[in-house]
Amino acid sequence: MRSARNRELVALVPVALLLTAGFAAVFAQENARMGGLSLIYGAYFLAVCLATHIYLRIRLPQADPYLFPLAALLTAFGLVMIYRIDATLARDQANWFVFGLVLFALTIHFLRDYDVLERYRYTIAAVGLLLLLSPRLPGIGQQVNGAYLGVKVGPLQFQPTEFSKICIVIFLASYLREHREVLIVGARRVLGVTLPPLKHLGPMLVVWGASMFMLVFIRDLGSSLMFFAAFLALLYVATGRFSFVVIGMVMFLFGAWFFASTVPHVEARVDIWLNPYKEAQGNGYQILQSIFAQAEGGLFGRGFGQALITAPGEPHTALLPAAETDTIYSLIVDELGLFGATGVILLYLLIAARGFKIALLASDGFSKLLATGLTAVFAIQAFVIIGGVSRVIPLTGVTLPFISYGGSSIVANFVLLALLLLISDRSRSEEAVTARRTALAMEGR
Amino acid sequence: MNRQIVQLFALLSLLFAVLIGFTSYWSVFDAKALKDNSANNRPLLQEQQLKRGRILAADGSVIARSVALGHGSNLRYIRRYPEGALFGHPIGYSFIEQGQSEFEQSHNEELVGTSSEFGSILDQLTGANQEGDDVVTNLDPAAQRAALGGLQAAGFGAVVAIQPRSGRVLAMASNPPFDPNRVPSHLEQLDTNPDSPLLNRATQSPYPPGSTFKVVTAAAGLNSGTITPETTINAPGSLEVQGQPLQNDYLQNFGPISLDTALTNSVNTWFGQLGQRVGESTLFNYMDRFGFNATPPIDLSASEVGKSGIFEGENLLGPGAGIDLARVAIGQERLGVTPLQMAEVAAAVANRGRLMKPQIWSRVVEPDGHVVKRLKPAEYSRPMSEKTAAELTTAMEGVVREGTGTNAAIPGVAVAGKTGTAETPGNATCGGGAAENQGWFIGFAPAQKPKVAIAATVECTTQFGNDVAAPIFRSVAETILSGK
Repeated sequence: MRSARNRELVALVPVALLLTAGFAAVFAQENARMGGLSLIYGAYFLAVCLATHIYLRIRLPQADPYLFPLAALLTAFGLVMIYRIDATLARDQANWFVFGLVLFALTIHFLRDYDVLERYRYTIAAVGLLLLLSPRLPGIGQQVNGAYLGVKVGPLQFQPTEFSKICIVIFLASYLREHREVLIVGARRVLGVTLPPLKHLGPMLVVWGASMFMLVFIRDLGSSLMFFAAFLALLYVATGRFSFVVIGMVMFLFGAWFFASTVPHVEARVDIWLNPYKEAQGNGYQILQSIFAQAEGGLFGRGFGQALITAPGEPHTALLPAAETDTIYSLIVDELGLFGATGVILLYLLIAARGFKIALLASDGFSKLLATGLTAVFAIQAFVIIGGVSRVIPLTGVTLPFISYGGSSIVANFVLLALLLLISDRSRSEEAVTARRTALAMEGR
Repeated sequence: MNRQIVQLFALLSLLFAVLIGFTSYWSVFDAKALKDNSANNRPLLQEQQLKRGRILAADGSVIARSVALGHGSNLRYIRRYPEGALFGHPIGYSFIEQGQSEFEQSHNEELVGTSSEFGSILDQLTGANQEGDDVVTNLDPAAQRAALGGLQAAGFGAVVAIQPRSGRVLAMASNPPFDPNRVPSHLEQLDTNPDSPLLNRATQSPYPPGSTFKVVTAAAGLNSGTITPETTINAPGSLEVQGQPLQNDYLQNFGPISLDTALTNSVNTWFGQLGQRVGESTLFNYMDRFGFNATPPIDLSASEVGKSGIFEGENLLGPGAGIDLARVAIGQERLGVTPLQMAEVAAAVANRGRLMKPQIWSRVVEPDGHVVKRLKPAEYSRPMSEKTAAELTTAMEGVVREGTGTNAAIPGVAVAGKTGTAETPGNATCGGGAAENQGWFIGFAPAQKPKVAIAATVECTTQFGNDVAAPIFRSVAETILSGK
C-alpha cells in the first residue's frame, strides 16, 4: 500500500513550483532580472521536502498523504513572503523550517506509540502551564507590545504559547476520553438547563482556568481566545452536549466583560477594534494600515514585492507594522489580491478537513479527540489572526501557522502535524489489517 | 463523536467563509473608499514612488517633470515646473502633501500610468515597473507668454485662446498667476491671499459679459429667422424697459439700422429690442447651444470649471424666472460668464457655426515614445448655420474695422470681434469703487480662415474693453498667427 505516499510525492511538485516561481518573482522585482539563485532556493527546499517524504514513506506509510504537502505549501508561501520583506529573516525562517522538520521526525520516531501521552497527562498539563507562565518569569521573560509573549534563554528566543497549546490539547483530549461517559450520564437538568457534573469537570476546569488565567496574566489575548475555542470544541465533540457549549459561551462572555472592564490592555484592544479611526495614528494604526493594505490588493493583487511596507524617505515609518508576523495576511492580500488570500484560507480549510478526517477514521477515543483538538486549535489560530487583521474580531497577536515568521510557531506546528500523521497512520493501518483479515476470512470459506 | 466532528468542521468552514467575506469587502468592495480615506496615505506614497509623466507644451518644451530624490527603497519623485508661474494655470500642481489641482489632477491617470487589473498581471510577469505617460498639451508657450504678459500689464483677468476648427486650447492665462514650485512651501499663503492667485479665472470666474453677449443675441436672432442682416430696427437713444431706461452710450439715437451698424457701434437699444423679439425660450435655447448652463466640456475636473448663465446667487435661472430679456440681450441683468465660455462663443462663430469641445491635452505618449492616445477633435454642438456664422462674422469684422474694437486690428489681417465693457459699480472685489468696469474682447482671426479665437477680459478696470482687452487679444493673436 504505497499509493498514499505516491500521492504525497505528486502533491509536493506544485509546492516546489510555487516556491521557485515566488522567489523568481521577488528576485525579478528586486534586481530587475531573473536570478539563478531562486532555482537554488527552490531545489534546496524541494530536497528537504523529499527527505521528509522518504522518511514518512519508511515510518508512516499509511499516514494521510495531503497534510505534509499542504503544510509545505504554506511554508513555501510564507518563505516567499518573508523573503520579500527581509532576506535575512527568510534565511532564519528556512533554518527554523529545517529544525521544525527535525522535531517532526523526532516526534514521529519517539511517539510512535502516542498512547504514552495519556499516562503523563497531568505532567503534560503542568508543563503546558509552566510554559505559559514562563514569559513572566524574571530573567527569561520578555515583554512585547504590552504582552509577555517571549522567553529568552541565552541566544534562543521562543514563544512558549505555541508549544503550550499542544500540551493543553493533549491533556484535554486525554481527560475527556476518560470522563466523557460520566460527563454525559452524570449531567443533570437544572431549571431546564443541562449542567455537567462538577465533580468530573473539576480537574479539567482547574487546568483550563489556570491556562486562561495565565494568558490574561501574560496578556496574550489571541492565544486565550484560541485556547478557549479549542476547549469548547473538544467538550462538544466529546459529550455531544450543545448546552455545555452554551454554558461555556456564557462564561466566556462574562469573563470577557470582566476582563474588558478591568484589564486596560483588553479594553483598549476591543476599543480599537470598534473604533479604529479614533486613534488613526495611535492605537488604531496597525489595524487601519492592515485594512488599507488589503484595499490595495483588489482581485489579483499588486504582485510579489509591490506592496509598501515602510514609507519611503525619512523617517522610516512602518506602513504595515509587524508585516512578517501579525499582518502577513494583509501583505498577502495586498500583493496577491483576493484570489491569493482566498487560496491561503482554502489551504487552511483543507488542512482542517484532512485533520478532521483523521479524527473520523480514528478508532479509539483518545486518537479521535486528540486529532480533533489539534486540528481545531490549528484552524482556530488561523482564524484568530486572519480575523484579527481583517477586523472580524479584535486584533491580537498570534502567528499565522506555517506562514508567519517565527521559529516557535513553525516548529510547534510541525510537531502538531507529526501527531496528526501518527494518528492517521495508526488508524489506516488498523483499517488495512482489518480489511486483510476480512479478505482472508472470505478466502478461507 | 463523528457527528460532532462533522458539525465542528461545518462551523469552521462557516468561520473561514466569514474571513473570505471580510477580505473581499476590504480588498474589493470597500477598496475605493478606503483608498480615499484621509487616514490612508498609501496611495500618495505609492504615487510618490512612481515616475509621474511629464507635461509638455505643444512645441515639446517641458511644463512639468518629476525629478528623483534618493534611491533604492528611499527613491521618491518630486514635481518641478521649469516655467514657473507661466503655466500655473491651467496646469496646476501635484505634490504628495498638498494634493493636485487643475490639469495635473484631471490627467492624473495618464500621468501616473494607472493600469488595469489585467495589465498589472502582465507587468508582474515581465517585472516591469509602472511608469507614467507624458501628456502633450496644445498650449503654445509664446501665446501663453503673450496672454499672461498682456494681463499682467492690464490688471487681473483671464485670456483663453482656442483653435476654432479643433477646439485645441492654445493659451489659457489667469492673472494673478501662481508659481506651482512654491506650493509645497507656501500653499497656505497662496490659499489665503485675497487676490486668489490659485483661482483659475479663465474657467471659474463668472464675470458680467457686457456687450460681448450681443454676439449670442445676434446668433439667436439670425439663426432663428427673427431677423436677416437686412432687417432694420429703430434704435433710439433710450428705451424704457421694465420701468428702467435702457440707454445707448452718450444717449446716441441711431434711428432704423440693421445688424452690421448695430453691432459695429454696440447699440444697446437695438439689441434690447432684438432680445425681446427673439423671445425668452429661443434665447435660452441658443445660450444652451453655445454651452451656457452646462459645465464646459474641457479636460479639467468639473469642480474647477464654472458654468455660465443667469445667476440668482449660486443658482442658474432658466426660462420663466422673470428675467429682464432686453438687458440679458445686451449682457447685463445677472449674467455671469467665464472667459472660457466667451472664447467658445467666438470659436463657434469662427468655425462656421460648429462648436468644438475645448481641450488642453493633445496626446499621451509612453516613455518609449509610443503614442497611446491622440486627441480626436469632437463637436460639442452646432449653435448656428454656416450662413448665420458668415453673416455674424461680417458684422464682427465691422466692429474691429470701424467700430468699438479698433484696437484689436492687426495690419494685413481681417479680424472679427466684439468688445464689452460691463459696468460693475460698487464691486466689492475691486474695492467698491464707482468706476469699476469689466473690460472684454472676444474675436477671431483671420476672419475668413480663422486660426484662433480668443476671449480676453480684465476685471476692475476704469477703461473700456477696446482699451484694455483688445490689445491683449491682438498681441496673443499676432503671436499665434506669426508662429504658423
